[in-house]
Amino acid sequence: MDQDSNPKRTGVTRRGLLAGSAATVALANAHALADPATPSPAPAPATVPVSLNVNGTKHSLKLDPRVTLLDALRERLGLTGTKKGCDHGQCGACTVHVNGTRINSCLSLAVMHEGDEITTIEGLGLPGNLHPMQAAFVKHDGFQCGYCTPGQICSSVAMLKEFDQGVPSNVTEDLENIVFSDEEVRERMSGNICRCAAYPNIVAAIREVHGGGVA
Amino acid sequence: MMKFDTPAGPNPTDKLKVLDKPYDRIDGPLKVSGQAPYAYEYQDAAPNAAYGVVVTSTIGKGRIDTIDTSDAERAPGVLMVMTHLNAPKQNDRGSPQLQGAEIKQYGQAVALVVANTFEQATAAAQMLHIGYSQEKGRFSLDLLKDGELSQRAGNVDMGDFAGAFAGAPAKVDVTYTTPNQSHAMMEPHASTAVWHGDKLTLYLAHQVMHWVTSGVAGTIGIPEANIRAVSAYVGGGFGSKLVIYADAILASLAARKLGRPVKIALTRGQIFNHTTHRAQTMQHLRLAAGRDGKLVAVGHATYTGDQPGGGGEHASGQTKLLYAGKNRLIQTYLAELDLPKAGAMRAPGEAVGLLALENAMDELAEQLDMDPVELRVVNDIQYDPEVGPDRPFSERKLVQCLRTGAERFGWSKRNPKPGQVRDGQWLVGMGVSAGIRGNPVTASGTRVTLRPDGTVLVESAMTDIGTGSYTINAQTAAEMLGVPMAAVEVRLGDSALPRASGSGGSWGANSSTSGTYAACWLLRRMLAEKAGFDPEQAQFADGAIAAGDKRVALKSLVGGSPVTAVDSIEFGDLTKKYAQASFGAHFAEVGVDMHTGEPRVRRLLSVCSIGRVLNPKTARSQCLGGMTMGVGSALMEDLIVDPRFGYFVNHDMAEYQVPVHADIPDLDVVFLEGEDNKSSPMKARGVGELGICGVGAAVTNAIYNACGVRVRDYPATMDKILAGLMT
Amino acid sequence: MRAFTYERADSPQAAAQAVASHPEAKFIAGGTNLLDLMKLEVERPAHLVDVTRLDLKKVERTGDGGLRIGALVTNTAMASHPIVKRHYAVLSRAVMAGASGQLRNKATTGGNLLQRSRCPYFYDTSKPCNKRKPGTGCSAIGGFSRNLAILGISDACIAQHPSDMAVAMRLLDAKVETIMPDGGTRAIPIADFHREWGNTPNVENALRHGEFITAVTLPKPLGGTHVYRKVRDRASYAFATVSVAAVIGDGVQRFAFGGIASKPWRVEAAEKLSGADAIAKAVLAGARPTAQNRFKIPLTRRTLAATIEQAQA
Repeated sequence: MDQDSNPKRTGVTRRGLLAGSAATVALANAHALADPATPSPAPAPATVPVSLNVNGTKHSLKLDPRVTLLDALRERLGLTGTKKGCDHGQCGACTVHVNGTRINSCLSLAVMHEGDEITTIEGLGLPGNLHPMQAAFVKHDGFQCGYCTPGQICSSVAMLKEFDQGVPSNVTEDLENIVFSDEEVRERMSGNICRCAAYPNIVAAIREVHGGGVA
Repeated sequence: MMKFDTPAGPNPTDKLKVLDKPYDRIDGPLKVSGQAPYAYEYQDAAPNAAYGVVVTSTIGKGRIDTIDTSDAERAPGVLMVMTHLNAPKQNDRGSPQLQGAEIKQYGQAVALVVANTFEQATAAAQMLHIGYSQEKGRFSLDLLKDGELSQRAGNVDMGDFAGAFAGAPAKVDVTYTTPNQSHAMMEPHASTAVWHGDKLTLYLAHQVMHWVTSGVAGTIGIPEANIRAVSAYVGGGFGSKLVIYADAILASLAARKLGRPVKIALTRGQIFNHTTHRAQTMQHLRLAAGRDGKLVAVGHATYTGDQPGGGGEHASGQTKLLYAGKNRLIQTYLAELDLPKAGAMRAPGEAVGLLALENAMDELAEQLDMDPVELRVVNDIQYDPEVGPDRPFSERKLVQCLRTGAERFGWSKRNPKPGQVRDGQWLVGMGVSAGIRGNPVTASGTRVTLRPDGTVLVESAMTDIGTGSYTINAQTAAEMLGVPMAAVEVRLGDSALPRASGSGGSWGANSSTSGTYAACWLLRRMLAEKAGFDPEQAQFADGAIAAGDKRVALKSLVGGSPVTAVDSIEFGDLTKKYAQASFGAHFAEVGVDMHTGEPRVRRLLSVCSIGRVLNPKTARSQCLGGMTMGVGSALMEDLIVDPRFGYFVNHDMAEYQVPVHADIPDLDVVFLEGEDNKSSPMKARGVGELGICGVGAAVTNAIYNACGVRVRDYPATMDKILAGLMT
Repeated sequence: MRAFTYERADSPQAAAQAVASHPEAKFIAGGTNLLDLMKLEVERPAHLVDVTRLDLKKVERTGDGGLRIGALVTNTAMASHPIVKRHYAVLSRAVMAGASGQLRNKATTGGNLLQRSRCPYFYDTSKPCNKRKPGTGCSAIGGFSRNLAILGISDACIAQHPSDMAVAMRLLDAKVETIMPDGGTRAIPIADFHREWGNTPNVENALRHGEFITAVTLPKPLGGTHVYRKVRDRASYAFATVSVAAVIGDGVQRFAFGGIASKPWRVEAAEKLSGADAIAKAVLAGARPTAQNRFKIPLTRRTLAATIEQAQA
């Protein structure tokens, strides 16, 4: 999991540098064209302890600070339901809930989530006990290859909550009186790309869950 | 082995108790809960996998002069750096990697870095010092000048094209261009390689399992029997995953060398240049008709390019079959390019060929002052125009598709004069296109087992790339054996199972269910014999076998050990005797912002004739996907070449844009009733690609109808529309 | 990603000090742009100072009737705030026109101001780029430039500023409040915050190393009708080809533009003119388009006309 388990070299301080020693790793020629402000050697990765509450279970990890929340879930905790589609916030496959809010887990460092409540697709529901949104996706064929699907579902569930909280969107006509519509759903779900393009079926699933259908 | 060489007569699939019903996907609960494992996620089978990261070339053509790996090798956690200097020798046939200093394309693998963690491998991959000498490449060429007639395209020169074209009263002579496009499936190419002794198990993202075993074994020089390929779940392919890339070969080699599983995923950025794409085309359309609209000359020349040995994009193919016309000149010219190698992408040929042909038909209709639907109707032909009535279509209902669609879409409300309909800021128009996609079929096998508890296990190396293979193969077995869907379990995507068609070219559903059909027939015979029934007379229904008034529960025939049948389907020459294709008609309503020229799709309808529909729910989803990709090709998808560097510059998903939710309204899909007994015993045809075939042309024809701007250079983006609006 | 050390700051000044004391340190908040660039090694900080635990998440009225938005207020929270929705609708709309729901939930007010260009050559470390590595040249000039800037550019760089939020901030005359490592503070008018590229396109804003954004303040509400019109190929989840922020009415006429310039673009003198053509002409004076993005000139003019029409409807 982590290559450096020396406790003296780990640990977050509230102030001041981590006690990581700087190993000598020469800069690469590959960076002849990179950011100029990088004259010094890269420091060795010191691990940092972090505890994550994932789907109701607390996990205490020691992580290379470079580990994204997405890779922590997939490669450290074995929760591979959350997908890596682009690793750059351009597709939405990695969507999870952090403290109830949807985010791209690929663009977030795991160490920044100390103490956060994280819900992944596995935490929403499993076969035999599916979340209503998961069941609606099955019923309406809201997926094909299945790779963007956990992200679409996590996004859908949190999106409906945002709607109830008065979060507007780019297609909202009256910012102070937001009306649920297919157009609103499509705009709000646009951060989740589905190349198989189950879009109309996804909207149908969301429509049904919003209307209280699908047990 | 069952040979399909005469048209299918009545058979047990005709009951349609299970087939033709909109069952939910049986793999659905696993997929919606994140429990379906993809290639990079076999942590149980490869618990200690090391992480490989591929380094790819940053020049388009030239040589590696120097490659210094010392910093990367010293970086924390690094286990191995492989370059052309130390990579194992591989065979030229197949997909060899790191076999020399020569760079043939941008994005070619030049090194592999393996480390204990992904973060370590990714960081070390940036520490290579690579010196290149760059050579002038052929990245930006005049396709019209540099191409040669492609022999493999099947060119047609029939009658007196030049004379007929010259003498016709109505004609169009127009050139369309289509850009390079990327599959952009959601799951990146990935491989996890695990060796047990001299046997390799490769979990990867691929569409055809036996292509992996032969391709990887051939490349790295091991017996094909020593490799097992697993692609139980594939996160989209669209043709991209018909090819073996660096991830598969390098994971296999590195895992063998390290004595430890290795997994590699290509980065999203690498995918655009390292893997295949749909090649650009320039298409010269010359269509001529009499005053009655009947085509007298059909000319379609495609100019495309590819790496030496590649095929480019054969965009003229559909024009051979779609419309009548006695004088025909249909050709493809292929030029050599040094851009990344092209490959098949959803409906290779038709997807962009129809963009050009079906726009040109619209232009011809306008010249004739004829309704575009009627122009297509009068040019319908029920046989291969090149061969004559001796080669009829197996089932061709194009006219019915057009008529049904026109009625349903409200086509009669279309104002044929462009720019007449306004809705607020939107100029609104309607467009139509015909669709055609060939119906290839290929050998496919299945193993069917009746288990002691009365349940049925269906196993095949077939893949499900989102197509619904799991579900329709379960439906086929349930139908054939008279058991409920809940009693059928399906396992796919494993080369250890009977060799199957795999997924590609719209052949998967028809071929693989035919293989399951064959295996079920064999199992029926075995069970009938066990029960003492005449296999030809026995009926399978409600979990029992019956003949006359005798009835025996299937379960009771099994005893303690399962009964297994393995069989496959092979296809004879019915595709030669009969022209076979799926047909469709697409109708689009598009709004063009009168100020900005932004085009937005408002309504879209596809009427599809695909023979028997195996599962209307999953088949409809295939159409939705194709239609949406068609919208993408019409409005936004454009892989931009920077000829100075020889690469696709917009190599990420923010800059290579594919449609998002907000681009796609509710889509309407209609399947015509039908069955095609010349296609397969399932009486179905392919559907996976039909949706994209023509939709884009319907969209751009609607743009023209909306605002009077005909964009002949795809995609039809606002800048091009705006240029027309301002003239 | 290059290895880095990590710490959490417990006060704004401590954060400023932490970054100031390390030449290769950066602040990280939402991370949606910084991590994107770090993965590509376009950004290569050796030390990250996590500021997300700081108490800068409030939106509150200021004494002069304006609004102070904490630097860590997320885009979603800002756009959803009742005061913003009611009195600064152009800002709410601009924010909601950008990125995706997930990104807006993470991206912060301060971070958005520091968003870097989407130029594809800036994003590719194998290609020359003066913004990433001064003196190497500009690959975009003579390359793929359809989406890039036509104003505020130079022979060294033609990158565009990608933010929607900052365009509305520019229209509203926002001020960027910062703290220095020594505890000193300043308020930078947003017009002076972002820079035109000139010969130093690597320097994108007025901040010094270690200077930390604590809030953005808005003057008292303008009234008028607020419109944000974003033009793009894809209907959502795409950067602006052209965008126009407008507030018209109650004696006010203001416009700011996105997608066309090195920084959020506003020409105050043009706002005294009437008619879209005259205003656009003044706004676009000095534009230096490439052959690929020349269409942004008529597109900006026409989008402005549409925006005015919409505001007056």
